[in-house]
Amino acid sequence: MPDKNKTIIAVNNLRKEFSGVAAVDGVSFNVYEGEICGLLGPNGAGKTTTIQMILDLITPTSGEIQVFGLPMKRHREEILGKMNFSSPYVSLPGNLKVSENLKTFARLYGVKDVNGKIAELVDFFEIRELLPKMTSSLSTGQLTRLNLTKALLNDPKLLLLDEPTSSLDPDIADRTRKMLLKIRAERGVTMLYTSHNMAEVEEICDRVIFINHGEVKDEGTAEALIKKYGKEDLNDVFLHIARQNN
Amino acid sequence: MKFQRINALLIRHLYLMKRSFPRIMDIFFWPVMELLLWGFLSVYIQKLKIANLNIVTVLLGAIILWSLLQSAQQSISVAFLEEVWEKNLLNIFVTPLRIIEFLFSTLFLGIIKIVLVSAVLGILAALFYAFNIFQFGFSLIPFIIVLLIFGWAIGLFTMAVILRFGTSAQVLAFGFIFLIQPFSAVFYPVSALPAGVRHVSYLLPSTYVFEGMRAVMAGGLFPYHELVLASAVAGVYLVLVLFFFYKMFGWVKQRGLLMKLD
Repeated sequence: MPDKNKTIIAVNNLRKEFSGVAAVDGVSFNVYEGEICGLLGPNGAGKTTTIQMILDLITPTSGEIQVFGLPMKRHREEILGKMNFSSPYVSLPGNLKVSENLKTFARLYGVKDVNGKIAELVDFFEIRELLPKMTSSLSTGQLTRLNLTKALLNDPKLLLLDEPTSSLDPDIADRTRKMLLKIRAERGVTMLYTSHNMAEVEEICDRVIFINHGEVKDEGTAEALIKKYGKEDLNDVFLHIARQNN
Repeated sequence: MKFQRINALLIRHLYLMKRSFPRIMDIFFWPVMELLLWGFLSVYIQKLKIANLNIVTVLLGAIILWSLLQSAQQSISVAFLEEVWEKNLLNIFVTPLRIIEFLFSTLFLGIIKIVLVSAVLGILAALFYAFNIFQFGFSLIPFIIVLLIFGWAIGLFTMAVILRFGTSAQVLAFGFIFLIQPFSAVFYPVSALPAGVRHVSYLLPSTYVFEGMRAVMAGGLFPYHELVLASAVAGVYLVLVLFFFYKMFGWVKQRGLLMKLD
């Protein structure tokens, strides 16, 4: 369960301009230890830019990002060693075998017992039989599990998950959600989660943050937001917020 | 800097190489073709006896050294392009990997490829033309090291340009080296170039390397002057290009283009 006394991500007044236009405009939020926090918003709202700034892939125009209580700017190596990222839009090299990809990333994260860690995770995700296969030959569901396997190689304390179940059929998507809940329960991993599937967000996220036009519009538990806006479900809340100021 | 992370990327490329015939061919095909083409041509010219100089030795030496420069440059550029083609840059740069470690992994990959190319060309040159590169002792080794440094500098430069302009600039990875070939006095002395062009030629460390190589082959005193100039110019280029690469990387991060690189 989330521990509100321990902040894992602290984003303070974050701003990013591209050619003078603000993609992220003064965003501030916290993510707490053990929490699965949804970062929601329509396409172009600023979610991906925010996540990429947290990952140090984009330099912010202004504002501050602290992860594990350390400023990303000065402690990049230490922070990235304790977190990981998974997205179905970012594939692992298709021209390597699954085992080769996992070994490469295990070494990049400085995993001590590379083979032992891979063996543990492929059993957890039930993908042992995929190890000798070429990554390009995997199905979408298998790739999702492989991406998640890669994302757990360094026993991260924080996972950034960008639409992890998009393009999965309902069965595999459900299994993936259950797997993520199991990861949280067994490993206490904090997760920042983006998705356009509001039913999924209601099921998995402890709290959600709505972003639109580069600003945080609202945040709270799904239940509290549904009540606050007088809507039937989170999908209606999403539509309400997304259509404000349009 | 952690060697384990450098090693991780190095092994990642070796996984690919050991299985991919086209990639292995890519390392050897062009150097071997050049060796055969120029080698047989120079044997023919030698038979015409139009000069006292041992043309076979000079041209084969030039071809081998040029191939090493080309391999050093392309190994870096292509290793980077592999990550771009496979859309793997995000995966790599969300690990604790530092840019300098990324660069070192490509340099080590370059060394492995160069050793392989040298071995193959050395064996073929010995078999077909009775040419032994070590007949000059180890005098050519310092010049080869300078060529590698210059090759890395060009490789880093093309990598930085690809970062800035995307894969539309990838042709540079394969073609840029040929832009400097006519000015590098690879197959002829600088004195064969028009006076105005020589100024450009003297800006390239490769020019001093190939002039030095011919001096070594001609016997006499070791060409220290050429070696010092070649090392100094190559060193300056490497520092400038490293600075340029870091600037471009920062520029790309500022504009959020790292993940849009295709």
